[in-house]
Amino acid sequence: MSSFKSKYEDELIANAAYIGSPGKGILAADESTGTIGKRFANIKVENNESNRRVLRELLFTAPGCLECLSGVILFEETLYQKTAAGVPFVEVLKKGGVLPGIKVDKGTVELPGTNGETTTQGLDDLGQRCKKYYEAGARFAKWRAVLKIGPNEPSPLSIHENAYGLARYAVICQENGLVPIVEPEILVDGSHDIAKCADVTERVLAACYKALSDHHVLLEGTLLKPNMVTPGSDAPKVAAEVIAQHTVRALLRTVPAAVPAIVFLSGGQSEEEASVNLNAMNKLQGKKPWSLTFSYGRALQQSTLKAWGGKDENIAKAQAALLVRCKANSEATLGKYQGLLW
Amino acid sequence: MSSFNNKYQEELIANAAYIGSPGKGILAADESTGTIGKRLASISVENIETNRRALRELLFTTPGAFDCLSGVILFEETLYQKTAAGKPFVELLKEGGVLPGIKVDKGTIELAGTNGETTTQGLDGLGQRCQKYYEAGARFAKWRAVIKIGPNEPSELAIHENAYGLARYAVICQENGLVPIVEPEILVDGSHDINKCAEVTERVLAACYKALNDHHVLLEGTLLKPNMVTPGSDSPKVAPEVIAEYTIKALQRTVPAAVPAVVFLSGGQSEEQATLNLNAMNKFKGKKPWALSFSFGRALQQSTLKAWGGKDENIKKAQDAFISRCKANSQATLGTYKGDSTLGEGASESLHVKDYKY
Repeated sequence: MSSFKSKYEDELIANAAYIGSPGKGILAADESTGTIGKRFANIKVENNESNRRVLRELLFTAPGCLECLSGVILFEETLYQKTAAGVPFVEVLKKGGVLPGIKVDKGTVELPGTNGETTTQGLDDLGQRCKKYYEAGARFAKWRAVLKIGPNEPSPLSIHENAYGLARYAVICQENGLVPIVEPEILVDGSHDIAKCADVTERVLAACYKALSDHHVLLEGTLLKPNMVTPGSDAPKVAAEVIAQHTVRALLRTVPAAVPAIVFLSGGQSEEEASVNLNAMNKLQGKKPWSLTFSYGRALQQSTLKAWGGKDENIAKAQAALLVRCKANSEATLGKYQGLLW
Repeated sequence: MSSFNNKYQEELIANAAYIGSPGKGILAADESTGTIGKRLASISVENIETNRRALRELLFTTPGAFDCLSGVILFEETLYQKTAAGKPFVELLKEGGVLPGIKVDKGTIELAGTNGETTTQGLDGLGQRCQKYYEAGARFAKWRAVIKIGPNEPSELAIHENAYGLARYAVICQENGLVPIVEPEILVDGSHDINKCAEVTERVLAACYKALNDHHVLLEGTLLKPNMVTPGSDSPKVAPEVIAEYTIKALQRTVPAAVPAVVFLSGGQSEEQATLNLNAMNKFKGKKPWALSFSFGRALQQSTLKAWGGKDENIKKAQDAFISRCKANSQATLGTYKGDSTLGEGASESLHVKDYKY
């Protein structure tokens, strides 16, 4: 085969396929310490380890939620945390039939000579880190590459660097038993129309799959986490069906059928928008040789965070809010989401 | 869109999809004058225009053949030829629901500094030629790129040149209303195993689809004509089911689902081998988001040519041989071929010619 022979081959294929199980998707709970700090500031909660632990326990023990999830992405700190009763989070997830995942990139840095374009760091000693994470129970990983749309962006340099960074990360993960989520996020910022977003998305995804082929990555053991194809944040909105058509067309033109599942990022979308758009994709008639599901962070946690406000007495209420979004997205993967009832 | 905006867009998409209709495929009857000369020589027939015309008329007027064909690829000369009764071949095909196609490449030439690797010529003035062919009734085109497997082959240069040549040809075709068949043939010559062929096929196809994307080609308006993934000609053979599995896996890893149909070349396979392999692919359980059909030349015509031998009194016998292979391949696209077609003389004969040049 064009892919290298990994001793983890069967496991990678099985785990990647499992993530795409009908009715399930991924909770992205991998906010770095800095990022979770911003979320906490919004609800006036102090950013300390204990609070970060409490929030994640709230999420992972919310009744009924794990049934809607096939995976949870964790930040490194969380991988080693436990419930108040002393059960490692990784065990809670595994018992609930949920694969633990781990964010492995080290953020973005600017590319000199470009107009604020970036590449992503984290390749140094990545193999050893992956091995460690596998031993701690992780079975998939995530690495976020970021591209932007502008008059001269994304540049060929930015596309190349991000695509080849993703490919190198992906093969290192596979060498160490982790299914790599390939995430080439094209930011929604801007006033461009949906056709422009489609054009850029197709160009970026084509570059990613060429890079993955060059790096001998086993596609059956990967996942893709792309943006949906939408108008820019400053452009007029369009219907969910239009987003679905443009998105699925872009994927049909670039993502090989060997990839078992596509797990969308929610970008700047509201909780409801993200569910309605995902639902529209699963209702769309036509070829879709990969599962279409979610890997949502804010779009799963927004109202949960608000309901919690850092107070123990709000935990049940917060967990109920999470269940509403989990169920909505679970139904959206089946094209059965009816929308909010109020 | 990543593809350019084209006035022929709807037509290209419809024609490409039509080629992949269940139960149908392509007859590759586009042998150049030189190549058809070799075929005619093997049955002791003189290589003159009238014989070339008679052969193609024999094929195109075979009762029932058109039910099995969605397209026929023609050489330029044939595009302008007529039946003995004076009906243009192009009209005959169209009346029979068969799209006329046209070979537009101008053969291969060696890449300097490589070990006999080649690139394909034909881009000069291609746009105007396509326009002319469209006016004459053609609706799809074909361009054959050739790659070989060796200790240091294919080189990065060979892969890049052939992929980007194919992409440039493809977009020029689309600008002029012709569905481009993208044909990156990896020759079967060699003693490599099926794994090696799979590896090279995946690398080459990945390069092709990157090039097509770079050139803004509308994938929904293209077809792919690849080799099947097999062991080299000097290696032990494997079962059709193995060929099917390796081939489909390679396609799953590289060919976007936007491509409506994959129309396999037969390479050096015998008529029966080619049909059995295609059948196995259509029986294979797994993701196959494109139609899997045929674009066979030798593997459709071999026993027909033998039966004809250039003699009018053999036409019926030759047409019987031809319809037999057409029906067999039609069934193979549905995975229903039982291997019981009346084998014409030579149907099991390997058609492999080392280092095959058209």
